[in-house]
Amino acid sequence: MSYFLETLVSGLFAGVMYSLVAIGFVLIYKASGVFNFAQGAMLLFAALTFVTLIEKGMPFALAFIVTSLVMVAMAILIEWLVLRPLRNRDPLTLFMATSGLSYVIEGFAQLLMGMDVHMLDLGIPDVAVQVGGIYVSQFDIIASLIALTLVATLAITFNKTRMGISLRAVASDTLAAQSIGIRLPVIWRIVWSVAGIVALVAGLVWGSRQGVQYSLSLVTLKALPVLIIGGFSSIPGAIAGGLLVGATEALADIYIGPLVNGSVSTWFAYILAVGFLQIRPAGLFGDREIERV
Amino acid sequence: MTTLQESAPTKPLRRPALGVGTIAIVAGLVAAFAVPALADDYWLSSIIIPTVIMGLAGIGLNLLMGYTGLVSIGSAAFMSIGAFSTYNLLLRAPFLPLPVVLILAGLIAAAAGVIFGLPSLRIKGFYLGASTLGAQFFFEWLFTNFSWFSNDSQSLTISAPRLQILDYDLQSATGRYYLVIATTVLLIALAFAIVKSRVGREWMAIRDMDVAASVIGIRVARRKLLSFGISSFFLGIAGALWAFGYLGTSDAHAFNLDKSFQILFIVIIGGVATIFGNFLGAAFIVLTPILLDRLSLVIDLSFLGDQGALANLQHIIFGTIIIVLLIKEPDGLSSLGRRGVEALRSRTRSSG
Amino acid sequence: MSGLLELHDVSLSFKGVRALNALSFSVAKGEICALIGPNGAGKSSLLNVINGVYRADAGDIVFDGLRFEAIHPQKAAHLGIGRTFQHNALFRRLSVRENVLAGLSRHGNASFFENIFRLGRDGAERHGFLARAERTMSFLGLDRHAGKIVSTLPYGLQKRVDLARALVAGPKLLLLDEPMAGMNQEEKEEMSRVIREVNRVFGSTVVLIEHDVGIVLNLASHVVVLDYGRKLADGAPDEVRKNPDVIAAYLGTVH
Repeated sequence: MSYFLETLVSGLFAGVMYSLVAIGFVLIYKASGVFNFAQGAMLLFAALTFVTLIEKGMPFALAFIVTSLVMVAMAILIEWLVLRPLRNRDPLTLFMATSGLSYVIEGFAQLLMGMDVHMLDLGIPDVAVQVGGIYVSQFDIIASLIALTLVATLAITFNKTRMGISLRAVASDTLAAQSIGIRLPVIWRIVWSVAGIVALVAGLVWGSRQGVQYSLSLVTLKALPVLIIGGFSSIPGAIAGGLLVGATEALADIYIGPLVNGSVSTWFAYILAVGFLQIRPAGLFGDREIERV
Repeated sequence: MTTLQESAPTKPLRRPALGVGTIAIVAGLVAAFAVPALADDYWLSSIIIPTVIMGLAGIGLNLLMGYTGLVSIGSAAFMSIGAFSTYNLLLRAPFLPLPVVLILAGLIAAAAGVIFGLPSLRIKGFYLGASTLGAQFFFEWLFTNFSWFSNDSQSLTISAPRLQILDYDLQSATGRYYLVIATTVLLIALAFAIVKSRVGREWMAIRDMDVAASVIGIRVARRKLLSFGISSFFLGIAGALWAFGYLGTSDAHAFNLDKSFQILFIVIIGGVATIFGNFLGAAFIVLTPILLDRLSLVIDLSFLGDQGALANLQHIIFGTIIIVLLIKEPDGLSSLGRRGVEALRSRTRSSG
Repeated sequence: MSGLLELHDVSLSFKGVRALNALSFSVAKGEICALIGPNGAGKSSLLNVINGVYRADAGDIVFDGLRFEAIHPQKAAHLGIGRTFQHNALFRRLSVRENVLAGLSRHGNASFFENIFRLGRDGAERHGFLARAERTMSFLGLDRHAGKIVSTLPYGLQKRVDLARALVAGPKLLLLDEPMAGMNQEEKEEMSRVIREVNRVFGSTVVLIEHDVGIVLNLASHVVVLDYGRKLADGAPDEVRKNPDVIAAYLGTVH
């Protein structure tokens, strides 16, 4: 039983990390309708930049600020060079453009900063502590707290500030938002910047776990089923979806895996997501749009 | 009713000066005789064969995505099903001739396509990507974790036991070229027959407005599943050709997510809802890395340091070209081709 | 009273908002029935329930002697219910001819293999379809535009293509959702003429939604007035015109 619980809890922690990646997607999708396949590449780029600065002797806080500024600069460039010329094009074209973008960003990241695996130590000890009779990684707990803080900050910004209200206006009706004077390019730059900083945080947490290396960009593929369950435009959905995927995936790996020759973690979440959509086509929180004729 | 039945006899369709039929015949003759005579083994094996096969795979995805409007991010999975089915059929049913094996492999891929297409009846757009991406990872896992599919080979690789039709051996570059080109020509004809039929019209209706399609009585669910099936049939055969007509020996990872994205690029860059455009897209996908390799031999890139840096530079250039093409050629390379053909037509018309 | 189409206590709501409230009325075979009412009165929702795009929460519908609570849109089409749309719902990347041909889909009986390999029943189907499409297009004055892609056509012509697509299958009941929206007086009168002609020549029973009361009272033989999902009046144009509730709620105000 405690084995089951430990698996479940560690799965939930992994799920928090999935949510963190998924939220970057949600922000961009909400504000610009773009399914940003380059989110994983942005994550890799941010983590690599950060770790390179640290290795050059920069203090943690300064490296974080500098990397954040780099991500903002990247957002401005992306808006200018990719999004603006592709305005009003179909979602599929935009998706393909972001997958082209991911080649560019990954290429630059590794060209400028090398392809070695960088160790990243955030100063959080990865030891097991006993909580309520089961062992839990202290790292997982702290990482989850970081993630939750970030999510809470985003949620408050989204709901309370003027900026957030403009964002939601764009998300619900682009044309109407433009007609009341909200400037779309500005919104896009801001949202992509925020997504870049979210990618940085996610990249640091993931990177300190796995090492900062190319495979970080593949976490995109983990976030996808989360988004499908939670809905592309719902932050609470991304969190709930992340937890659901993390937990079921961990359990499936341990209880189904041995029956079928090994880990099922590459595909299980997708089958789960598809099965879920069959039962609830409207998504977890039922906010998927209904077609009108 | 009576007034209607009396009026308007159907008008004959005007034939263009340079018809598709003429182009097809010329292309066929060139493909059959000129190409093998002019191209050396390198050109055949490394450029022409992969371009043709990837173009065929592009047609497979285009039937689903371009004509029916259903997104798939897992095309390579259905290619791998075709490849592994072909291998096992050749191995376990040696009495079956190669063409029959290819058709059966296509049908097996089609069946898998229909199963993974079932979610399309309830979900749309990128959400549907989950199902096909699930197929992508599931089949890569299946063919790597169950060695039965590769006849318990240690390396999990598959290579065709024999490649022959009647008594003609097709192992040489020219032989493989003929196998690939003949199969592709037949499938191009099939693709045209489908998109010009009622089935194709109903697919496009579903693509453009599925609620309206349903309201006028099109059997939307059946047509969507049919599209998944036919698309996967094409992809399955393309996969078999890729494994044995091009690579020779392959494994599940030859059909990874990268391959699926390449096929997506082929469709988007070549032109959505086109048949020949896929070959332009495929040529781009196959030739760009080769050209970038050649370029790096000509230009001194020693300042970059190692081979890895060169690969990264190629990634950057490749990604940039894709973005630029998406911006500059919204209708894909085929619209370039179409403009060319139009120019040629008007010239033949004015001179004739 | 029994008609081609009967609605019994049909209700529909979206997220708690009542769009249709226990609505009952009957449409006789061969008539032109107009649904009028202010925006949000539930007119389009009603058409959507009749041909199965929406599922009613309560009540049932009888069409041509067949009673159902909910129906699949394809089934409705196969029973002979045709439909045009308020907002453009054409197959925009197809030509006019292809749109109209698509409207015949429910009459297709050739199998997939016959269709793609041009065998068996395909030839007859192909010719029959083409002939019917050409007749319908020339009836609606679309023959000159047959080869054009619909998204390139002006709005008024697109409305006609929508009508042609519904009409070509020879529907027993034709549901027209604001067929004259966005037209000037002259175009509206032309469209009225076409609808009358359709009703007379094809024998299709017509249920239409239109805001222009003047046009409606001239065109329709039966008028149903809706207000907030409820039936306010139901009868011949002259009766409805005199109904005090209608005058108060709708006809008196300018829209």
